[in-house]
Amino acid sequence: MKIWRRKKPMDWLRFLLVWGAGIFTLFILAYLVGFILIRGVPHIKPSLFSPVYTVDNQSLFPALVTTLIMVGMTLLIAVPFGICTAVYLVEYAKRGSRPVRVIRMTAETLAGIPSIVFGLFGYIFFANLLGWRRSILAGCFTLAIMILPLIMRTTEESLKSIPDSYREGSFALGAGRLRTVFRVILPSAMPGIFAGVILAVGRIVGETAALVYTLGNVIKMPENLFSQGRTLALHVYQLAVEGHHVDEAYATAVILLAVVVGINTLSAAAERRVIRQLR
Amino acid sequence: MQKERVMRAAFFMAALASVVSVALICVFLLYQGLPTLFEIGPLQFLLGRKWQPAALYSEPSFGILPMILGSIYVTGGAIALGVPIGLWTAVFMARMCPKALYRVLKPAVNLMAGVPSVIYGFFGMMFLVPMIFGFLGERFDMVSGSTMLTASVLLGVMILPTVISIAETNLRAVPPELYEGAVALGASHERAVFKVVLPAARSGVMAAIVLGVGRAIGETMAVRMVAGNQTALRMPYEFLKGVRTMTTNIVMEMNYVEYGSLHEGALIATGVVLFVFILLINLLFSTLNKGREKA
Repeated sequence: MKIWRRKKPMDWLRFLLVWGAGIFTLFILAYLVGFILIRGVPHIKPSLFSPVYTVDNQSLFPALVTTLIMVGMTLLIAVPFGICTAVYLVEYAKRGSRPVRVIRMTAETLAGIPSIVFGLFGYIFFANLLGWRRSILAGCFTLAIMILPLIMRTTEESLKSIPDSYREGSFALGAGRLRTVFRVILPSAMPGIFAGVILAVGRIVGETAALVYTLGNVIKMPENLFSQGRTLALHVYQLAVEGHHVDEAYATAVILLAVVVGINTLSAAAERRVIRQLR
Repeated sequence: MQKERVMRAAFFMAALASVVSVALICVFLLYQGLPTLFEIGPLQFLLGRKWQPAALYSEPSFGILPMILGSIYVTGGAIALGVPIGLWTAVFMARMCPKALYRVLKPAVNLMAGVPSVIYGFFGMMFLVPMIFGFLGERFDMVSGSTMLTASVLLGVMILPTVISIAETNLRAVPPELYEGAVALGASHERAVFKVVLPAARSGVMAAIVLGVGRAIGETMAVRMVAGNQTALRMPYEFLKGVRTMTTNIVMEMNYVEYGSLHEGALIATGVVLFVFILLINLLFSTLNKGREKA
């Protein structure tokens, strides 16, 4: 390789910097995951999953149930809005028209707002003004606004990736726009939409700042939509900050991390399916 | 067709959800925050050096200058640490990395973006805080390892995936002719990448940095767990002391405020100031993007 001979000392420095940075990034992640696993796995016991939380047994079961409810309800609110927005933007609206520009701009703004501001808004609006107090309902609506731009963007991208020949074929067979959307476009965009939804699940599961003052931070089995609760992430936070049950905090963090890794793998698999489909 | 028209309207209504959300957020934050801001006095609030919401023997004082500066310091530190490493990693991934390693690195960066901030915070609390205290504690007479520096290091790691993925996309978008031309003129691979490809992706790199700033300044829980959260006014050289940011100010005290009190209003007003910072950053980001689209 002749090109190696061209390297001057400066190039070797650049070479080292770049390789070093890449390896460092990988190392940090591996260290973080390893650190949590090594300290957490030995403390995962069956009692952690007992249905009742007591002072002696910091069971994560109520938090797990609350997390599942939060994920389900939030998706139920946000996904239809996200998908419909994307359908409107891609299939109906004229590109570059004023409503499209406004919708895009607001979605971008939403995507940039930090979660504590969503939490503050949820506390003012859903919890106090609408009188829902700190509850599962208030938490879900807050998170739904938070993940809306994510669902929107991923759906939009997967709608855009569908070749126009699909649409033209459907129109040529006499289908209207509506039928085309529901029978042709959305089914073929499904894997992409699914990948986006999974990413949103990850956001919901990992969220804390937006939930402390909307969902509350009480650990108990939720009774109805107006119960306060605590998700897994909030549970880790609380145990860590209180500092009395660090072992349980590690164990809960392992469960949380496992969920996140699972979600990531699933989303990547869905994305690979999209790419294969497009070929 | 009637049905088509109805559904079109329905899609449009649904599409307004994000517009309505942003409008509601702006209106209610301002509606709750601005009156307090003016009651305290905008200058006293923004430039006040003392945050003492529940003083026993004196008037309460609501000055958030220490928190504004705290946010700026911690974000600055995170950028100083995270951006070089992030950029070099992006260069590595886009131009230098062997394929086999890329297949590990890419999912790793994605996973890093997915790890919840509590986990980063917990890791910081259990690993970084004692480590920094262990290394520097005695020499610099520190009280604890929860410092501005700790928060900066942790945030620097947390913004890595944001910086890396945006910068990588933009580095890959640089036309190959530029690189090939440089090599044809006799540049080495590294020289071509650093002197030609990287400058060509300048606006994309800037966008990556701006997004990293946004992520760092808005981060709450992880910072709360490692920054110490003292409300004292700090100078940049006091990076081995604890600091409180705007985000953590809200999350630390919201729990025990009285509903409708001046204290609650002051916390919401802190949120308003943070929101303004974020809007400015967003504006910068979209201007950069527009500039890139034109180019």
